[in-house]
Amino acid sequence: MKARVLIRPKEGILDPQGKAVERALPALGFEGIEHVRVGRVVELEAEDPAKLPELCEKLLANPLIEDFEIESIDGA
Amino acid sequence: MLWGVVQFPGSCDERDALHACELSGDEARLIWHEERDLGGADAVVVPGGFSYGDYLRAGAIARFSPAMEAVAEFAAAGGPVLGICNGFQVLCETGLLPGALLLNDNLRFVCRQVDLLADGLWPSQGAQSLIEPGETLSIPAKHGEGRYWAPEGMLDAIEAKGQVAFRYAAGQNPNGSARDIAGVRNEAGNVLGLMPHPEHAVDAMTGSTDGLGVFEAMAGARA
Repeated sequence: MKARVLIRPKEGILDPQGKAVERALPALGFEGIEHVRVGRVVELEAEDPAKLPELCEKLLANPLIEDFEIESIDGA
Repeated sequence: MLWGVVQFPGSCDERDALHACELSGDEARLIWHEERDLGGADAVVVPGGFSYGDYLRAGAIARFSPAMEAVAEFAAAGGPVLGICNGFQVLCETGLLPGALLLNDNLRFVCRQVDLLADGLWPSQGAQSLIEPGETLSIPAKHGEGRYWAPEGMLDAIEAKGQVAFRYAAGQNPNGSARDIAGVRNEAGNVLGLMPHPEHAVDAMTGSTDGLGVFEAMAGARA
């Protein structure tokens, strides 16, 4: 299975990268953009998709500070 | 007394850590990250740097090295472990210490001398501890991802158990760390992690020798 893992900082944790992006937007003429949060995307191919949640909790994300979502991108 | 200093690809402060151990009057040797054996070390330093390029998250990949598996077993058996900067991040990722280190709130790499207030349960570490609660140590900090964070409930719990080892002095928190926390220990007291660098504060020529006390205190921290 081809999968895409989305990892983002948990709600309530200050995300300074998101804040910096948010602050830069008005100067470029983009008004009305709020609550910007910056995470990361990991794409991978897994022989056994059942192992992906454990893999995410142990390595790709730190569950204390990050949430993750796994989506199949087969055929994409 | 033999210190082992773990060396990962990307470590950069392991030589200063060796030097600090030796200035404390002990012997010290490097432990390459692929070694599964700590070579009879009585205490271990996980040093600063950028282990495995800090890819993914700081400390996330170092956690899976053979040397860190050995360090985790050593810590569980009561062995003293001192994690500095990247080493602190590795110990948090490994689960040996509570919490996590996030990007500095100002997005800047900080590099400056800071005053640390010793806190928590230092006296319980035995006769070798040269650090008293309330004592101030002048130690350099240099990091981009040093903002200590844990959920509020966890912060309350570690404070109640005396696990906060160091706080930044008032007005000197360089990274937005929760409750000014600069360093924490595990519940048993044998594992300590901090962001500032005691191994860079061991020679009067560079401004402070306050870091030596951290090494001397941890040498006696067997749980």
